[in-house]
Amino acid sequence: MSTTARARVQPRSPSQRLRTLSRPQLPTSAIAGRSLLYAILIVLAIIYIAPFLVQVATSFKTDAEAASNPMSLIPATWSLAAYERLFLNSDFPVWFQNSAIVTVFVTLGRVFFNSLAGYALARLHFRGRNVIFALLIAVMSVPGVVLLIPKFLVINQLGIYDTYVAMIVPLLTDAAGVFIMKNFFESIPASVEEQARIDGAGTFRVFWSIVLPMARPALVTIIILSFQGSWNELSHFIVATQSPELTTLTKGVASLASGQLSQGTQYPLKLAAAAIMTIPVAVMFFIFQKRIMNTTDGAVKE
Amino acid sequence: MTTPSRTSRRSGIRGGEAASGWLFTAPMIILLGMFLVIPVLMALWVSFSDWNGRGSPFAGTVSFVGMDNYSALLGGGGLAEQDFGTALRNNAWYVLLVVPIQTMLSLFLAVLVNRAILRGRGFFRTAFYFPSVTSSVAITVLWLFLFSSTGAVNKLLSFIGVNGPNWFNDPSGVLHNILRVFGVTTGPAALTGNSFLGISFWEWLAGPSVAMSAFILMAVFTTSGTFMLLFIAALQNLSGDVVEAAMMDGANGWQRFWRVTLPQLRPTLFTVLTLGLIGAWQVFDQIYTGTQGGPGKTTLTPAYLSYQTAFTNQAWGQGAAIAFILFVIIVVFTLFQRWLLAERKVSARRMRLYVQTPTPGGSK
Repeated sequence: MSTTARARVQPRSPSQRLRTLSRPQLPTSAIAGRSLLYAILIVLAIIYIAPFLVQVATSFKTDAEAASNPMSLIPATWSLAAYERLFLNSDFPVWFQNSAIVTVFVTLGRVFFNSLAGYALARLHFRGRNVIFALLIAVMSVPGVVLLIPKFLVINQLGIYDTYVAMIVPLLTDAAGVFIMKNFFESIPASVEEQARIDGAGTFRVFWSIVLPMARPALVTIIILSFQGSWNELSHFIVATQSPELTTLTKGVASLASGQLSQGTQYPLKLAAAAIMTIPVAVMFFIFQKRIMNTTDGAVKE
Repeated sequence: MTTPSRTSRRSGIRGGEAASGWLFTAPMIILLGMFLVIPVLMALWVSFSDWNGRGSPFAGTVSFVGMDNYSALLGGGGLAEQDFGTALRNNAWYVLLVVPIQTMLSLFLAVLVNRAILRGRGFFRTAFYFPSVTSSVAITVLWLFLFSSTGAVNKLLSFIGVNGPNWFNDPSGVLHNILRVFGVTTGPAALTGNSFLGISFWEWLAGPSVAMSAFILMAVFTTSGTFMLLFIAALQNLSGDVVEAAMMDGANGWQRFWRVTLPQLRPTLFTVLTLGLIGAWQVFDQIYTGTQGGPGKTTLTPAYLSYQTAFTNQAWGQGAAIAFILFVIIVVFTLFQRWLLAERKVSARRMRLYVQTPTPGGSK
């Protein structure tokens, strides 16, 4: 929010004016044009942010107030009832724990297996490499939703239905991640590895101690994507498990949303649950924001 | 770790490479094979069988029923066909509205945010992108609240004197509602009398239901940020030369955007459209969390119907068949998109301009 304020208060700082001068722009309409631009951007930003503010505010309201005053950002009477109920009188902590376990294993697995396979496809010469790569591309184009029934069938056949194994193992690698790693490894100059090879390092050692540390930007991308992906995953967990002890946040909150409608609306409770489940990805997002945005902010220093 | 080569160093390295190549890719091959390729083949078999969910689908008691599951969906005349038709209708409207709106909005956001002179760019980007990182379950819960009958959206609408609908409980089609304003409440006999997939043409043309419209708004809200990033990346890769040349020729901002920038963004535009299409045909999480197909089956989508048919109604063959039809729909749309991209790299009209006028300035 502070950034908006800054943007509004000083739209024509000295450096700004300099920049405007250095660009070939129509000077007369520039100010009006820019005011309009900011007006549009601020309205849009409010539309994108307001729902989340309303969500957090409502989670601290009483059920009655959530219904009577859905838009206010400050609760008339602060109530922690929703959070108390979630943490002390529900399975919510179990859901959170399950999501955390799955996310940690899936992220670690993807970082390792995706980079391993990506390295092999980018750098190692072996017969069948092209076939594997072609299959990978084909697999990438299979839409996830049509796999619901198929996945259940295999998990059931393997006898791992309703276990952590069924939740974690199928997610341990993903075609898109392998593809990202392969592209990155191709951009690293081959001379780096040759040096190590001449010194007598084996293939795994070259990969592990030389190339992988250089791949930090790509690894961060994989970490972000798999963290987000496995934390937010729903359909896989629906078909892989059924017992309450293995319910993840996504499944649990979805059941809150649909199953308990008959017991009153309970909006503060549901919104509190949804808000808490957003926190880890939000933290992740703000830590790696620059990387996620993936664009170089050249001219403007913020 | 180090394997000293007996023959020449070079062949030693190559020999080791083949083995480690397979070793390195083995986990990926096994995992993707086990949980992607084999499952698809198994489901393909199930879609041609009468498996009822008990025991192995390869047991002797399960028999091959040919195209029965598919024909029940595509021409059975029963509830299965009607539900499938309804799901297709709902999702088609969803795609028809979500894909163009999210593409235009994300391009609009990217162009706004990409201005070099803009202060607080990072803030605006963050604001627009944040909904994209949150889970669809959390957003759906939020949406159920915002669009409830006493929710924030209706409160907002009441300020401008509009009596908002009970969004997620309103099965009426938006287009039908618009026609009702003009006094049209039933369609002509040609539309109501004839049907496709168990749904009359009049029902096909109902438009998305009010409930589905709320999901459409949600999809636009959550995906525009992701696609905005793709457009920003593309915009930053454009060289300024062409725009500057156009500027010298006196093209105004609008002309520069339509005639210079947009044609250069074509590849990204197609990526966004293709990804949007693929995503929009797979609506599942939102429906599972939110409405479960209701009200009046107007938010039923093929993906959710496939799940429901198999897991709730235990009609596994039919559920798998729905999944494969959906698969074909997505593949066809993707191929169509690719064909369009390959076909029209330079449009005929543009080509003519290039041929007639070698200088870019002469084309105006």
